[in-house]
Amino acid sequence: MTVTHDLAADDAVAPTPDAEQRGSRTGGALGRYLLVRFLLIFPTVFILVTVVFVLMRATGDPITAALGGRLPPDQLAERIHQAGYDRPIFVQYLDYLGHIVRGDFGTTLSDHLPVTQVLMTYGAATLELAVYALVVAFAVGIPLGRVAAARRDRLPDAGLRVGAILAYATPVFFAGLVLKLIFAVWLDWLPPNGRASTIDLLKMKLHGAKTGIYLIDAISTGQWSVVADVLQHAILPALALGLLTAGVFLRLVRTNMISTLQTGYVEAARSRGVSERRLVRAHAWRPALVPIITVIGLQIAMLLGGAVLTETTFEWKGLGFQLVQYLNARDFVAVQGMVALLAVIVAVTNFIVDVIAALVDPRIRY
Amino acid sequence: MTADIANLATPPSPEDLEPLVTPDHGPRWHRLPIVRQVRTSVGLQRVMLVTGLVLTGIFILAAIFAPLIAPYSWAQLRDGSGLFGSQQAPSSAHLLGTTVGGYDVLSRVVWGSRTALLTIVTAVVLSLFLGVFLGLVSGYFGGWLDRVLVVVADAIYAFPSLLLAIVAAIVISHGQSSLWNGILAAAISITVVFVPQYFRVVRSEVVRVKAEAFVESARVIGSSSARIMTRHVLRNSVRTLPLIMTLNCSEAILTLAGLGFLGFGIEPSSAAEWGYDLNKSIADVTSGIWWTSIFPGVAIVLTVLGVTLVGESLNDLADPRLRTRRAAGGGRRGARAARREQRTTTEPEEAR
Repeated sequence: MTVTHDLAADDAVAPTPDAEQRGSRTGGALGRYLLVRFLLIFPTVFILVTVVFVLMRATGDPITAALGGRLPPDQLAERIHQAGYDRPIFVQYLDYLGHIVRGDFGTTLSDHLPVTQVLMTYGAATLELAVYALVVAFAVGIPLGRVAAARRDRLPDAGLRVGAILAYATPVFFAGLVLKLIFAVWLDWLPPNGRASTIDLLKMKLHGAKTGIYLIDAISTGQWSVVADVLQHAILPALALGLLTAGVFLRLVRTNMISTLQTGYVEAARSRGVSERRLVRAHAWRPALVPIITVIGLQIAMLLGGAVLTETTFEWKGLGFQLVQYLNARDFVAVQGMVALLAVIVAVTNFIVDVIAALVDPRIRY
Repeated sequence: MTADIANLATPPSPEDLEPLVTPDHGPRWHRLPIVRQVRTSVGLQRVMLVTGLVLTGIFILAAIFAPLIAPYSWAQLRDGSGLFGSQQAPSSAHLLGTTVGGYDVLSRVVWGSRTALLTIVTAVVLSLFLGVFLGLVSGYFGGWLDRVLVVVADAIYAFPSLLLAIVAAIVISHGQSSLWNGILAAAISITVVFVPQYFRVVRSEVVRVKAEAFVESARVIGSSSARIMTRHVLRNSVRTLPLIMTLNCSEAILTLAGLGFLGFGIEPSSAAEWGYDLNKSIADVTSGIWWTSIFPGVAIVLTVLGVTLVGESLNDLADPRLRTRRAAGGGRRGARAARREQRTTTEPEEAR
């Protein structure tokens, strides 16, 4: 915050030849920045959908992939004709784009569900997991990053940096398996799989809770045993996925704090005799947090990829788990639809993160 | 007298020049890339670099000498005394036990390093060529092609890399694969994800270098675009690539393992792959069988750790703001004093 204030003050006092022009530009800067960011969603989604379409159709049609060898050739050809996969590829592409514009991402081959409905059913579970993981990442990564920066190049820093690299080097699914082995099998403290035990699932169903976000459903039953059960199931997956991101946050906070600790205004404070401890707490801390908001945007993509693996490890029935089911069933219509839909979600989330970053840090708007 | 003058006129022998060429750099091998970095590093940075080098070295050696190290083949189910048996605990016959499919865990871990190494090399070489080529052309010529490529690269960059790799894997292998098919599929899937990264880095460097006076001069004397690009721009635009490459190597291992874990890896009969073995061990973990998951997992972690440590350390050593300096006095106290000094004197250089 201090940095941004200083910069703004500098701008205000320094009269430059084009000050007037600049003044008029800053007036609409935020609005225009947001508009540009918003409009950028469309080409991004368009490109990703096209890339996925071209890749998936480059080698054949989904019906042959799913049923080839299991049906006689004439029946296969008929199914292909019915689904329209024998038309020219460009016609199919335009058709596909037309459906997507209308919000239709296709119907799965294996269980004949619209992809959007698959998302509705399983999206809540993935969202819940992602939020838990982010909570773990914030709670672990940010304070530890501060410690590492404050004790730069000494033992705590060395240990934490090695820890952060280890967190990066460990695949999410292996971290998940190790956590499961230790806490669910050997110590038997936590449940190994799933999102809730069967009996509590039934209790939530009976209460008519339907958000799909189990924590909210459990709270709405008003029974603490159900809430506890849901939370117990969430601990291990959240840790596995969250620690990976925590390592990223740790390193980010550390580097940013080290560079803010070297800026002019911190030097000035140091020369006034402000203690090192107070420098960290009052001067370098908040500016170091701003870049995190930007990085979260990129982390969302990584988190989604990690969620696919975490959900498979813990049989957490979310989008990633379902995606793998479709992959194994060789239902490539479902895969294509889900990937395209996820592209939209990632693009929109990135936009939201950009908006927040621009609101928090005026320097980004330019 | 004349002899003296003749002596003066003869050029000095190479032996005489030796101390002038290399003032106090020691023998020639001290200036080799990795050796030089090890020598300039001190303290924690040296520990990290050396640890990384050792781990990476073990990984590469295991990959090369897999047939000598591994007691059995990766797909071997029986030896002279009959079937290995499924999920056998570690014993003298099978030091790390056997998997649920009845394979020897140690052999598959060792052979897995070969699969991983082949994939990394293929993926990095492929994405290096494609990314550098596209970045060079796009940055040098600019125009609409540049704009389209930048938007495409940004779109792909923001997308979950694993999902993209899955889609690519479906296309290339349609799910099931032999050794080379599988390696190529994994490598190309990883390439799709990496090309945008190389593209961005090279392109921005090319745009910067393009404005330099020497490029202008080359154009003035009539050099062709192709010649300017290869001789003048390319050499000056790839400085940062080795660092990105080491970091990408570790990501390649993780992506390969992730694909394998989701069932898009390589068939167990064609090659050993750590991610595949971990996927098969999910059920084992629940029943307390630890050796089928821990060993392949640790192999992944150590390999990625080694490569990452090397990449990180090289990155830190290349950046004067992050490098820990050796003080004139040398030794522990010297290093600490240097650190203190560095902390108080380094100029901020954050505005970029």
